[in-house]
Amino acid sequence: MTEKNNRSFVPSHKLSLLLTLALFWWINSNYSNPLLLSLGAASIMLVLYIAQKMDVIDQESQPIHLSAKLPSYIVWLAKEVVLSNISVVKHIWSGNSGISPTLTTIDTRQCTDISKVIYANSITLTPGTVAIDLIDDQLTVHALDKADIDTLKTGEMDSRVRELEN
Amino acid sequence: MSLLLDISSGLCLLIGCFLCLSGGVGILRFPDFYTRMHAVSVTDTLGAGLVLLGLMLQTPDGLVLIKLILILVFTLFINPSASHALAKAALHNGLSPKEGRRADKGGNTSSKL
Repeated sequence: MTEKNNRSFVPSHKLSLLLTLALFWWINSNYSNPLLLSLGAASIMLVLYIAQKMDVIDQESQPIHLSAKLPSYIVWLAKEVVLSNISVVKHIWSGNSGISPTLTTIDTRQCTDISKVIYANSITLTPGTVAIDLIDDQLTVHALDKADIDTLKTGEMDSRVRELEN
Repeated sequence: MSLLLDISSGLCLLIGCFLCLSGGVGILRFPDFYTRMHAVSVTDTLGAGLVLLGLMLQTPDGLVLIKLILILVFTLFINPSASHALAKAALHNGLSPKEGRRADKGGNTSSKL
C-alpha cells in the first residue's frame, strides 16, 4: 500500500488495459468500417479515462506480473476441477450417506491480496469446497467431504498459488 | 476428420448435459444449503465447460470460437464469486451448516428418486 502513488503511473499497466480493451472490443464487434472503429476507439478512451480517475489501474486490476506462470497453474487447476467433479458426482448419485459436511478454518500463507483472492477463488471453483470468509490469514471453508479439507490442509494448492507470485 | 470432430463434440455435449443434470439432482438430494451449493458448482464448472467445449468443436468460425472461450472464462470467474457471496451471506445471517453425518430427520432420504 505504501507504493500506491507511483504504482498507478506505471505505463505498462495502462498499456495492457488499452490492449485488452481494444482486443475485447474487436472480438465482440468485428466491424472494420471507419465510423465504428472510431466509436470503439472513443469508448476505449472513455473507459481508460474513467479508470484513471478512479485510480484502479494498478497491478491488482492488471496482474501482468503473473501471466508467465499462470498457464501451468491453470492446467493444474483444471485437472483438480475435473477430479473433484468426479467425486462430487459420485456423491450425488450414491446418496447422502457418504458425505460428511465440514465447516472449518484453514491457514493460508499467501502474502498479497491478489494471491489470497486467487487461492480463495480456486477453492470455490473446485466442486466440493467453498471458501466462505477470509479474515487476515484465516480462511473459512465449507466442504462436502472431510477428505477435501484434509487435501486442502496438505497445502499443495496453497504453495502453487504462492509460486505464482515469485 | 470431420466425423472425429463430430463424435468428440457430441461426447463432450453428452457428458456436459449429464453433469448439468447431476447438479440438478444434487440440489434435490443434498440435505442443507451449503451441500446443495457444492452440487451447483458441478453444473457451473465442468458441466458448462464441457457443453461449451462441445460447441467449440462444432464451430467453423474462428471468431465464434474466441467468443465461446470468453464465455467460458467469464463463467469461471463469475461463478466462484457468486457462490462465495451466497455462502458468506448465509453464514453471516446465522444459517449454520449441518455437521458430520447426514440429517437425522429422515425426511431427506432419496425416496423420490
